[in-house]
Amino acid sequence: MAHAHAHEGHDHDHHGPDKGIMRWIKTTNHKDLGTLYLCFAFIMFFIGGLMSLVIRAELFQPGLQFVDPEFFNSMTTMHALVMIFGGVMPAFTGLANWMVPMMIGAGDLALPRVNNWGFWILPFGFAMLLSTLFMPGGAPAGGWTMYPPLVLQTGNAFPMLIFAVHLLGISSITGAINVVVTILNMRAPGMTLLKMPLFVWTWLITAYLLIATMPVLAGAVTMLLTDKYFGTSFFTASGGGDPVLFQHIFWFFGHPEVYILILPAFGIVSTIIPTFARKPLFGYASMVYATASIGFLSFIVWAHHMFTVGMPLAAELFFMFSTMLIAVPTGVKVFNWVATMWRGSMTFETPMLFALGFVFLFTLGGFSGLMLAVTPVDFQYHDTYFVVAHFHYVLVPGAVFSIIAAIYYWIPKWTGRMYNEKLGKLHFWLSAIFINLTFFPQHFLGLAGMQRRVPDYNVMFTDFNVVSSIGAFAFFISQFIFIGNMLSCMFGKRDGKVPERVWEGAHGLEWTVASPAPYHTFEDPPLVGDNGEPVAAGQTAKAH
Amino acid sequence: MSAAIGPAETGRRKRRSVWELALLTVAMFGFGFAMVPLYNALCELTGLNGRDKGMQIVASVQEQPDLSREVTVQFLTVVNGGREWLFKPAVSEMKVHPGQLYTVSFTAENQLDQDVVGQAVPAVTPGKAAKHLKKTECFCFNQQPFKAREAKNMPVRFMLDPELPADVHTVTLSYTFFDVTELAQRSAKPNG
Repeated sequence: MAHAHAHEGHDHDHHGPDKGIMRWIKTTNHKDLGTLYLCFAFIMFFIGGLMSLVIRAELFQPGLQFVDPEFFNSMTTMHALVMIFGGVMPAFTGLANWMVPMMIGAGDLALPRVNNWGFWILPFGFAMLLSTLFMPGGAPAGGWTMYPPLVLQTGNAFPMLIFAVHLLGISSITGAINVVVTILNMRAPGMTLLKMPLFVWTWLITAYLLIATMPVLAGAVTMLLTDKYFGTSFFTASGGGDPVLFQHIFWFFGHPEVYILILPAFGIVSTIIPTFARKPLFGYASMVYATASIGFLSFIVWAHHMFTVGMPLAAELFFMFSTMLIAVPTGVKVFNWVATMWRGSMTFETPMLFALGFVFLFTLGGFSGLMLAVTPVDFQYHDTYFVVAHFHYVLVPGAVFSIIAAIYYWIPKWTGRMYNEKLGKLHFWLSAIFINLTFFPQHFLGLAGMQRRVPDYNVMFTDFNVVSSIGAFAFFISQFIFIGNMLSCMFGKRDGKVPERVWEGAHGLEWTVASPAPYHTFEDPPLVGDNGEPVAAGQTAKAH
Repeated sequence: MSAAIGPAETGRRKRRSVWELALLTVAMFGFGFAMVPLYNALCELTGLNGRDKGMQIVASVQEQPDLSREVTVQFLTVVNGGREWLFKPAVSEMKVHPGQLYTVSFTAENQLDQDVVGQAVPAVTPGKAAKHLKKTECFCFNQQPFKAREAKNMPVRFMLDPELPADVHTVTLSYTFFDVTELAQRSAKPNG
């Protein structure tokens, strides 16, 4: 085994990637798969974005304009599924593929073939899910939360929905297992756990959340399937089941899931802010412990999504207080980010702008989350646009901004070309303005009582909806700047050399390899010193 | 990982990690299903959702009327999914003494031209009153076959036991009527 491994490494030095399409289909290289994941996520963001535009077009005016209500509900359902399982999660997995091995000084992920398999399940899963749009009876329209008994009325799309969720679950679990095994066993000598970059830490905890909760979702949807086709009564009241039970099982998955969507973002922001503040991250250890406590707390707060289903008072109080408790570790993180910037030599390149946008707007989304945590007022806010505004604030200027920031931050390392800074800044300002134009008015709409998942509304809500729709279309169009900028990074002319350390304030192993990063990095693990970088440039553990 | 560990040992540790995580995945899949009995047990323990032993048949009860106390029992009927059914109680509420047996009758009529099997599912509010509502006879214990256009009178014989918490003055007994024709056909098959 030892010798075979050494040989493999040796051979790889001589040939690069295969040519043509088979390179991408057969690849087991973490960088190739990272690229595939990111491109796939990008396509999904585009499709999901188009769906959101259908929603915003319909809501531009009261009354029914463009689509019938059933299709509108399909759009809200599919938009959520595509954005969560096709956009944000694969984008984070792509970033983990690219960066985790390079950040801990490993040659690749631990299970490269599983990695390939995990990625290639995704296009099939989404082909199944999106094919339902063209089926008689239409795509699932009961909401992404798939609550019975409503979801059981889905037509031919129902089994496709269930099996698509199974496939996406298998894909994320394999990805998560890969990340954990890599981080626990393949760190370069000297890279102790508490020296790991925070992106690696947050992904380690995210991966555990994925492994612990995706199987629960798989179980829940399997029970839906047997309820519909095999006469079981897990959630069928007439057979002795309880539909509320589904909500408990779903949110036992669903709440950790929202931290799966945000913990890697915390890691990205904790990497970018120190770089551009030119100071080490304030309170590294407290960041690690805060991430771990958020991961733990995420398992005991799920029923705050269900305050209105009729729980006993004691349960309502427990879930209210445990939810509020999450604000403590999250507050620690925000404090640490601000303290990192305090008296730093700050510059405002595009990744930094997106990271700052994240800190500010994610915190806003966190505050509306705290409001929703208060049980008595949640009865008022439940299923209104206030909830929609809340989770879009934490997911778009939260998770999505962090993904954009990460891509701007690392793409010079990936492609060896610098993106256009002017266009990047323009992209940031347009995104930041229009995302607020889209979602800020929705707070007011929700507080005034506009329900979610309804294609029509009272005429008094018109003005804010017009603003929100204009914002949504403008935000979507602004993203073409990003696409252009990234395409020129990937395929543009290479003028001038990008240094190894792309950003002068950046630290970490990934900045010690060439830009663009060679197809194989750290085949021989480096010896990591106290500052998280190799003891001497080019020195490997073997040579030592 | 220290520099002293060779590739063979790393391989062994990786395989061990993979197995541990795969086991965790399988265990959590099982946990999803284990939540079903856990939830039912918790509901019985706490009376959550008005579901507990009180919803099941009680063979015999000891009558010990507490004439000093009067509790209002309200009856609610719901027909699920807007089916062609008529379903209502003979009286919408009655005043009862805890510890005494009462009978209330419900009328159900199948307004369809085909045979249907119905099942009434009960719920009690407030939840903490659920286990103190004892029923010796109820149409909700069984599936109820209806011929086309058939109407039935269905009695419920119930008692509130004297241990009913003192702050409960009104108990609501609600029945939701479901069309379970398909379900009944399935379970008519052996082991179905």
